[in-house]
Amino acid sequence: MGSPPPSTVSFSVAANLQIGSPRTADPAVEVIDLHKRYGDLTAVQGISLIVAPGETFGFLGPNGAGKSTTIKMLCTLVVPTSGTARVAGYDVVTARNEVRRRIGLVFQDTTLDDYLTAEENLRFHADLYGVPRAAVKSRLQEVMEMVGLWDRRKSEVKTFSGGMKRRLEIGRGLLHAPRVLFLDEPTVGLDPQTRNHIWNYIHELRKREDITIFLTTHYMDEAENCDRIAIIDNGQIVAVDTPEALKASIGKDRVEIQTDSNNGAIEALKDRFGLDATESEGAIAFHVDGGEQFVPLLFSEFSIPIRSVRVARPTLDDVFMNYTGRTIRDAESSAGERMATNPWMRARNRR
Amino acid sequence: MDARKESPVSTATVTPAGQLSIPESRITGGRLRDDFRGMNVVWRRELIRFARNRVRIITALVQPVLFLFVLGTGLSPVLKGGPHGFDFKTFLFPGILGMTVLFTAMFSAISIVWDREFGFMREMLVAPVRRSALVVGKCAGGATVATLQGAIIIVLAGLVGVPYSPILILTLLGEMALTAFGVTALGVLIAARMSQVESFQFVMQLLVLPMFFLSGAVFPLADLPQWLAVLTRLDPLSYAIAPMRTAVFEHIQVAPSLLKTLEPAITWDGWRVPLGLELGLIAAAGVGLLFAAVAQFSRPE
Repeated sequence: MGSPPPSTVSFSVAANLQIGSPRTADPAVEVIDLHKRYGDLTAVQGISLIVAPGETFGFLGPNGAGKSTTIKMLCTLVVPTSGTARVAGYDVVTARNEVRRRIGLVFQDTTLDDYLTAEENLRFHADLYGVPRAAVKSRLQEVMEMVGLWDRRKSEVKTFSGGMKRRLEIGRGLLHAPRVLFLDEPTVGLDPQTRNHIWNYIHELRKREDITIFLTTHYMDEAENCDRIAIIDNGQIVAVDTPEALKASIGKDRVEIQTDSNNGAIEALKDRFGLDATESEGAIAFHVDGGEQFVPLLFSEFSIPIRSVRVARPTLDDVFMNYTGRTIRDAESSAGERMATNPWMRARNRR
Repeated sequence: MDARKESPVSTATVTPAGQLSIPESRITGGRLRDDFRGMNVVWRRELIRFARNRVRIITALVQPVLFLFVLGTGLSPVLKGGPHGFDFKTFLFPGILGMTVLFTAMFSAISIVWDREFGFMREMLVAPVRRSALVVGKCAGGATVATLQGAIIIVLAGLVGVPYSPILILTLLGEMALTAFGVTALGVLIAARMSQVESFQFVMQLLVLPMFFLSGAVFPLADLPQWLAVLTRLDPLSYAIAPMRTAVFEHIQVAPSLLKTLEPAITWDGWRVPLGLELGLIAAAGVGLLFAAVAQFSRPE
């Protein structure tokens, strides 16, 4: 793992981008054709992406889509089978420690030590990352105030609620002033109110720190908070853009109806209006321009009794549906089945 | 820190936006310094956890106290049958020190398994610190904690007829530390290969308990049937208990005839294994296991 001395590294980075360009112009994350195979199972199959500095980038996809594996490769925890990835200008395989110094990582499950106080947890982190002694005190106060836990710094972490722990972990991830902060499902398992709070902290953080945030989520509403999102399914990126652009790309309204005969209705929609409809959770959904004007037409022309109608502007759910042909919930249940039959994958997923 | 003083941007600066920037020249410290810091964090954490978890300290005292005072008292009449009345608890004492060290060190090491999945160890594994440093820190921490737990048992020495001689106490502490280090290294090596917390029971039943029973902690390794004699000599812990017992018996008055039964030297095919070799074996095993644990822990995923 011998990493070259820093001077050599910065030289080669500068050379790549023409000498003289500031380091901050490097992409924060640059991934080219990344693969990860576990035996027969390909968890990640050819992901490429570029995240600009200062961007908040979201990885949206169902559990088992390859989000966590990708993030682990970017954080140097898992070695890619093939392809390259650079984070903060350093290769995740050959310059592992250089990457590690420049990233903060908040795991899905808490990794705080319950027996230590909040402050001790952070001090240990500062030591592990080699934050200079003189800087630790002020930086500690700064991040703890940012996440609203400065008053509780002397309390043992076991007295903290789930939301407080998550906030402390975010604070800890920032302590060594990383250039990229990875948040793996930052709000999973938290109640809606706490989720909101966490997002407020993340927004505050974006205002105050010059930092790139790379997060994974399977909550559509959370993905809306990102500058750009990548939709990932079966280990591949199926779409990357801003949430607005992704929604606009569909353009049409989403109409959901419940009928007495769903199969017949799908057929009828196809025959009469040339619409492709899909069935999910007992309802039929399809996309059409001017949904509200379409509904009266639907009622007048349809012979199958309609029990309910809902018209909605496109959401990220629709975007996901559009690109993958299923809802994120359906994708998760089938991924769950796939995983249940593969004990190895199940064990892996617990991590 | 001194090594980097010549750097012109060596002081942390606060930008107008309130964001603290830590110059990269400062955070890219030398490898050895990083490793030392990582080691130190693991070690200190182990000590803090030990000191805070009073319940664990007290629980860990129950078993040795039961062995020493219940088993020891219960078996004493059997030994008192001879002409030289002897307190079996005195015999048992060094064995119980060994037992305390064995269980505490093993527990501390195996805790890596859940710490790695659900705890702070995960956080340490993504830090810019070599894994070998973490393993060394863990072994040092486990050894310290187990020695401290053993020191608590030493406090009871007076109750079982063992004198509070400073030399004896220092000797026992040193021997316990050596043993604890070896056991922790063995535990970490096992933990590195273990994927499930449930396997802990297997380790306890198939490894730790046999090691304890075969070590001569609770009975003298003299006049044993061949099969048992062989097994006791294969048990590395035997070579850790024997020096501790030798130290204790050097500080008490025992009739020579009784000494021969109670403190027989470990022999290999009739050859008496010297004290130095016993300690050397434990030390060598500890170092070997440490290297194996480092290698096992450093494998990339």
